[in-house]
Amino acid sequence: MTQPLETELLAEGDLDAELPPTSGAAAIEGRSPYKLAWLRIRRDRVAMASAIVIILIALLAILAPVIAHLTGHGVDQEFHRIGENLDGSPKGPGHIFLWGTDDQGRDLLVRCAYGARVSLEAGLIATAIAVFIGTTVGLAAGYLGKIVDTLLSRTIDLVLALPYLLFAIALVAVVGPSLRIAIAVIAFFSWASVGRIIRGQVLSLREREFVEAARSLGASSTRIMFVDVLPNVLAQVVVLSSLLIPSAIVFEATLSYLGLGVPPPTPSWGNIIAGAQTYTEAWWFLVFPGVLLLMTTLAFNLLGDAIRDAFDPRGDQNFARAKKG
Amino acid sequence: MARFLVRRISLGVVVLWIITILVFVMFFVAPNDVAHRIAGRNATPATVAVVRHTLGLDKPVTTQYWHFLIRLLHGNLGQSYFTQQSVSSLLSSRLPATLSIMAGAAVIWMLLGVTNGVISAIRPRSLADRGLTSFALFFYSLPTFVLGLAMLNIFFYQLHTHGIPNLPGSGYVPLTQDPYQWFVHMILPWITLALLLAATYTRLTRNSMLDVLSEDYIRTARSKGLGEGRVVMRHGLRSALTPIVTQFGIDLGTLVGNLVVTEKVFGISGVGALAVDSITNGDLPVIIGVVIVASAAVVVMNIIVDIAYAVLDPRVRLN
Repeated sequence: MTQPLETELLAEGDLDAELPPTSGAAAIEGRSPYKLAWLRIRRDRVAMASAIVIILIALLAILAPVIAHLTGHGVDQEFHRIGENLDGSPKGPGHIFLWGTDDQGRDLLVRCAYGARVSLEAGLIATAIAVFIGTTVGLAAGYLGKIVDTLLSRTIDLVLALPYLLFAIALVAVVGPSLRIAIAVIAFFSWASVGRIIRGQVLSLREREFVEAARSLGASSTRIMFVDVLPNVLAQVVVLSSLLIPSAIVFEATLSYLGLGVPPPTPSWGNIIAGAQTYTEAWWFLVFPGVLLLMTTLAFNLLGDAIRDAFDPRGDQNFARAKKG
Repeated sequence: MARFLVRRISLGVVVLWIITILVFVMFFVAPNDVAHRIAGRNATPATVAVVRHTLGLDKPVTTQYWHFLIRLLHGNLGQSYFTQQSVSSLLSSRLPATLSIMAGAAVIWMLLGVTNGVISAIRPRSLADRGLTSFALFFYSLPTFVLGLAMLNIFFYQLHTHGIPNLPGSGYVPLTQDPYQWFVHMILPWITLALLLAATYTRLTRNSMLDVLSEDYIRTARSKGLGEGRVVMRHGLRSALTPIVTQFGIDLGTLVGNLVVTEKVFGISGVGALAVDSITNGDLPVIIGVVIVASAAVVVMNIIVDIAYAVLDPRVRLN
């Protein structure tokens, strides 16, 4: 990503519309790749809509206690008389329970709001850990090379060859289900793909002149890795993180659905849906947590795609070519 | 070719060997009370000791692992702690169901995914492209159990309650027993799995085709007057297939172990269900057996993918 080329492209491109009308040489202004990406995302309507959905879900999670307070229904509070039908089955949406109740007469809205906390927590923390480990391993393997690279790359291959869902289930069954274990398991099975991609990037960066310059000035390997190489892969790290979050959220929901994630009575979208499986007639029981889960992962995926496109230096060229073709 | 195969296969064996150690360590680091559970709730310590002795659990972990490894090299995966059945017979009774789900779904997802990807790539950013990529991203974001339960609710429960002929909601009928019933029972799991996986393939095919279609030789093919269909299919799709075949091989490998959720949603007792059952019981030999078979599937498929590379792409040389 050389800056002059980018600015030229942009000066001709349709980003002009966003810029204040300037004349002559002043129109050409240096912009960092991050600034460019931010500009591209800002005019991407789908990305902005996704961001708004994510903010709304985050608000739902943050405001969960407020929702519980407003409805007057505790998260684990069971309403056997008003919250269940005579046969003990869940009650549909109404003015007391806006989203209906679950199989134990608990308020589904309150439980889904608290479930959002679990999903976002698991998704964000597991991704942060996985990206941190993956980036460090990728930097070390790609830059140090030789025996370090062989060892780390083989480890990456091994982790990627594990039937991850089976291993996750086995691991959780041995140590007992909890949110912490779920997060650890998700991080353990997610760092390897990050490591592999970062390693590939670092391998080619290592041969570039600026690294050679740093080395000839006497910089240590650690310094070159973290000060010179790392900033050049950060864009890739951002993209990978944004695409890992939804898969971590799905992973957590899947573990919880199988009864191996967050232990009840703590609600998680996954374990709420597991409860819904036996009550086929109670559509709200499946639809509300299911749609929340889908909206969250969809929004993160759309945003992740937009971020990837925004960081792609060929982005506008591709677009131009497509318009011509 | 022979040297390449030997290297890849020995690497695969090492991976499998490390996996057996991982599983062993995992189950022995944690407090394990299998003997208690087998002996029953009211067993005296003496009975528990006897059970422990007959299962070989009183020996050091290293000795147990050694015995296990020797047996494994003789092709013996051991016996279930609980039912005394041999692990290999348990596995072979469960594999047909898992493979049935995979085979049918694979046909649908490949057809759907690759076709949609090609249509998207022919006219990028057209209405069809936008529609198909949104369709793909929707299913890509959908967790297996959400789609599975939704399908089950619509095509089984809703139809059933309204008295409309419907698809069976759960279970597995062996192909050899009744081909028609086998097919009918498989439709919902197939469609669920295929829709989810086709999404990946649509995205993959689209990207790969877009790269290939901008190559010079595509322009050459067009300029020498070839029909567009022939350019896209013969010159474009064939070279765009490499990443798709890779993904297909990897998916077939990992699915043996990852069908757990599909099997649970549709109540099919396949390999995944066997794993979940034995994990809740602490039936170590069965767990190790399932993990080894599932990992072996991944390793074998990776080797096949590498060979397929060379067949599909003449530029790839294996040595």
